Amino acid sequence: MSYQAHFKVWRGDAEGGGLRDFTVEVNEGEVVLDIIHRLQATQAPDLAVRWNCKAGKCGSCSAEINGRPRLLCMTRMSVFEESETITVTPMRAFPVMRDLVTDVSFNYAKAREIPAFVPPAELGPGEYRMAQQDVERSQEFRKCIECFLCQDTCHVVRDFEENKAAFAGPRFLMRVAELDMHPLDAADEAGIDRKRTAQEEHGLGYCNITKCCTEVCPEGIRITDNALIPLKERAVDRKYDPLVWLGNKIRRRGQ
Amino acid sequence: MTQVERQAWDVVVVGAGGAGLRAAIAAREQGMRTAVICKSLFGKAHTVMAEGGIAASMGNVNEGDNWQVHFRDTMRGGKFLNHWRMAELHAREAPDRVWELETWGALFDRTADGRISQRNFGGHEYPRLAHVGDRTGLELIRTLQQKIVSLQQEDEREFGDHEARLKVFQECTVTRVLKEAGPAGGDGARVAGVFGYERESGRFFVIEAPSVVLATGGIGKSFKVTSNSWEYTGDGHALALLAGAPLINMEFVQFHPTGMVWPPSVKGILVTESVRGDGGVLRNSEGKRFMFDYIPEVFKDKYALTEEEGDRWYEDPDNNRRPPELLPRDEVARAINAEVKAGRGSPHGGVFLDVSTRMPAETIKRRLPSMHHQFKELADVDITAEPMEVGPTCHYVMGGVEVDPDTAAATGVPGLFAAGEVAGGMHGSNRLGGNSLSDLLVFGRRAGLYAARHAADVGADRPVVAAADAAAAEAEALRPFSAEEASAGPAGGPVENPYTLHQELQQAMNDLVGIIRRHEEMAEALHRLAGLRARARRAGVEGHRQFNPGWHLALDLRNMLLVSECVARAALERTESRGGHTRDDHPAMDRAWRTVNLQCRLATEEAQAAEPVGGAANGPVGVGDTGLAGGAASGAEPVAEPGLGGLVSDQSGQIALARKATPPIRPDLLQLFERDELVKYLTDEELSR
Repeated sequence: MSYQAHFKVWRGDAEGGGLRDFTVEVNEGEVVLDIIHRLQATQAPDLAVRWNCKAGKCGSCSAEINGRPRLLCMTRMSVFEESETITVTPMRAFPVMRDLVTDVSFNYAKAREIPAFVPPAELGPGEYRMAQQDVERSQEFRKCIECFLCQDTCHVVRDFEENKAAFAGPRFLMRVAELDMHPLDAADEAGIDRKRTAQEEHGLGYCNITKCCTEVCPEGIRITDNALIPLKERAVDRKYDPLVWLGNKIRRRGQ
Repeated sequence: MTQVERQAWDVVVVGAGGAGLRAAIAAREQGMRTAVICKSLFGKAHTVMAEGGIAASMGNVNEGDNWQVHFRDTMRGGKFLNHWRMAELHAREAPDRVWELETWGALFDRTADGRISQRNFGGHEYPRLAHVGDRTGLELIRTLQQKIVSLQQEDEREFGDHEARLKVFQECTVTRVLKEAGPAGGDGARVAGVFGYERESGRFFVIEAPSVVLATGGIGKSFKVTSNSWEYTGDGHALALLAGAPLINMEFVQFHPTGMVWPPSVKGILVTESVRGDGGVLRNSEGKRFMFDYIPEVFKDKYALTEEEGDRWYEDPDNNRRPPELLPRDEVARAINAEVKAGRGSPHGGVFLDVSTRMPAETIKRRLPSMHHQFKELADVDITAEPMEVGPTCHYVMGGVEVDPDTAAATGVPGLFAAGEVAGGMHGSNRLGGNSLSDLLVFGRRAGLYAARHAADVGADRPVVAAADAAAAEAEALRPFSAEEASAGPAGGPVENPYTLHQELQQAMNDLVGIIRRHEEMAEALHRLAGLRARARRAGVEGHRQFNPGWHLALDLRNMLLVSECVARAALERTESRGGHTRDDHPAMDRAWRTVNLQCRLATEEAQAAEPVGGAANGPVGVGDTGLAGGAASGAEPVAEPGLGGLVSDQSGQIALARKATPPIRPDLLQLFERDELVKYLTDEELSR
């Protein structure tokens, strides 16, 4: 059942680095993170990698496997041919700290820019009443494990560093959508216009719905269809967005 | 001493799981400048792994529920070893803690009338667990994380700095709690701060603070098969011991009955109890629902005796008793273990857990989405079509820092607090599912509140960290880089690989102090631990201090070895079976042991001279005839760490045991139980009070 696999793992730091070759044992049922751990235990004790739950629930072990953003703990070795060379590199959109570990502070900075849930003034703790069907939309977005793979893959920032200041990224635009769809969020009463700020402060207009974020989401959240497009539609009466205009036109034509 | 960065805060919280974040919120809301230190990224804590829900007697699904019923279930689940006051506070305050989460943006699943839905769980009389599918822990962490961000947004508006009063130091590890200097530095000395390192850079830091809250979670990484993440290396338990605070109930380790058993690389990963709460059943290789054969005497009248009655209970709980699949976790884990041992296990050494024949596929996907995903992705098993294979996995430690129930203050170390899994007493000998998340919130809040008050009371009279202690902590942390010196020294030997040592430790604890225990094996475990401890002093690492996992593990080994010894010593001492402590050689629960808590302290020469082992004064009549095994001091050599709680490096151990009487349960709480039930647990002396 065991075999020797060929791996290329990026090693280095902010100064630079490169791919290193390893030949390493693989056993039945293992995932890529198991192999990285075996490298640590047997060949490279100082190989840096983030991980935590090893069950796809915490979103720590994000990296790129053969160039695709993936969780190391949820990528089974059985999806590769035994003869295949497997290349593991750090997430490309974030600065490397060491080996497979990147500086993801961009995401924490963006999180702080989104105004928090505003509790309704007239309801005390225990008095909230919401229908299941009304909470389900936001619940889908709250499945997010903050692995930041969607942030990593989104071409708005992946290839254009200069866009980072003006663009919150799919994860945090989805957070705006989540709050906007929360049945009891009292943002309006507090003078917060979530739709307008999505457009004007968090860069919703940069998104041209290529759905790359949805494709890499390990939780299967339909980020584009269920969060970003509806948010664009809700924002549209506040601000002109050519994609929504076009989308609406195409849809009408189909009817 | 090299230049170590120093900062001053009012309250330091070590750990950023549910308890740590709730403590930080409470301390910050008291106006204290609060620092949170965590090993992972902010928001990645092990709390995200909690699946089933938060136990709180809101009575949304069954109006019969109230705090007294919850209290009763908790005491039963813990086989009456729980600190009654913690169980009381927990049951009383849990609903408020859940409702508060809603005001911070949490979105729980709803009942038909729009309230928070509640589900059934093992050991809980009524549907009591507030939940979000099977990802409740994630919802809890994200809600607390977002509340912290909102407090930081407030500070940004007020001070122009998000981190003015609440800062998260992520990917940092604390290696020592520091106390004040001078002649007062001995017993009763106050907490003065913490020493730690940044995982990214390897840089050391000291944070000075009069209050330190330990919220570091559990110890599962000392066992081979565990549901716990790498962070669970018993850091807070060890930090408390090294600071002079005692631990209690360390022999009680919960093996969750249902972990994945295959493939090998995911062995131990949790399969939520909700699977059974929602109707899943356990079968052996003969297809038999074997749990009906394992209903213990104390629970005989509370569980269904036939499959028909058990099945009816899901629809009509008022007129039927619950199925035995929903017995407390310790009972189910032992039953699975026994079935496998008797040769009736599944192909990969577990038993079958089946929902596929119990619910439509769509219902399974809706109610148990994470489980469906987890088995599909990791084991290639479609749980809507075939049974899962499951077996026991090390999940939770009931034991922990001995705390004052109301304030969460540790014993004998002013300024030190503990909450969540790292604290002991709340769950007695066995924790009920769902009582962990509520524990985090109830006692996290209390720890933060009283830590803040302590810091306020200290005022300008802040304790000062002894420079020598910080230097000693630095030397200790750097030791793995000079393992060659230890190797060449008088206690020499080859430089050791920390990964190898860790694997041997996990194997020893798993095999010898696991779910079923016996005297000889635990004695052997202590022997092996002594050997590992000697070798761990020669654990060496390559490379440098920047994000070096080998170095991190070498430092964590100290904590795991300390905590493992606590577990093994206390387990060897307790000659009965109760909750998460099962002795093959003492299979029955012994009422005399109900009045005894085993307390673990760091064995120092002074402590051993002052407090001879034995503790017979507190011991129950008729048990503990062997005296105490802990830390015989002969030949002990303190290691060269002046000023810090020195570790005794001899073969006999680092931990001293003492027996402490459990506090008598308040009479009005005892009256919540029928006398017929109490006679199963309490001693005659307690009953006659």
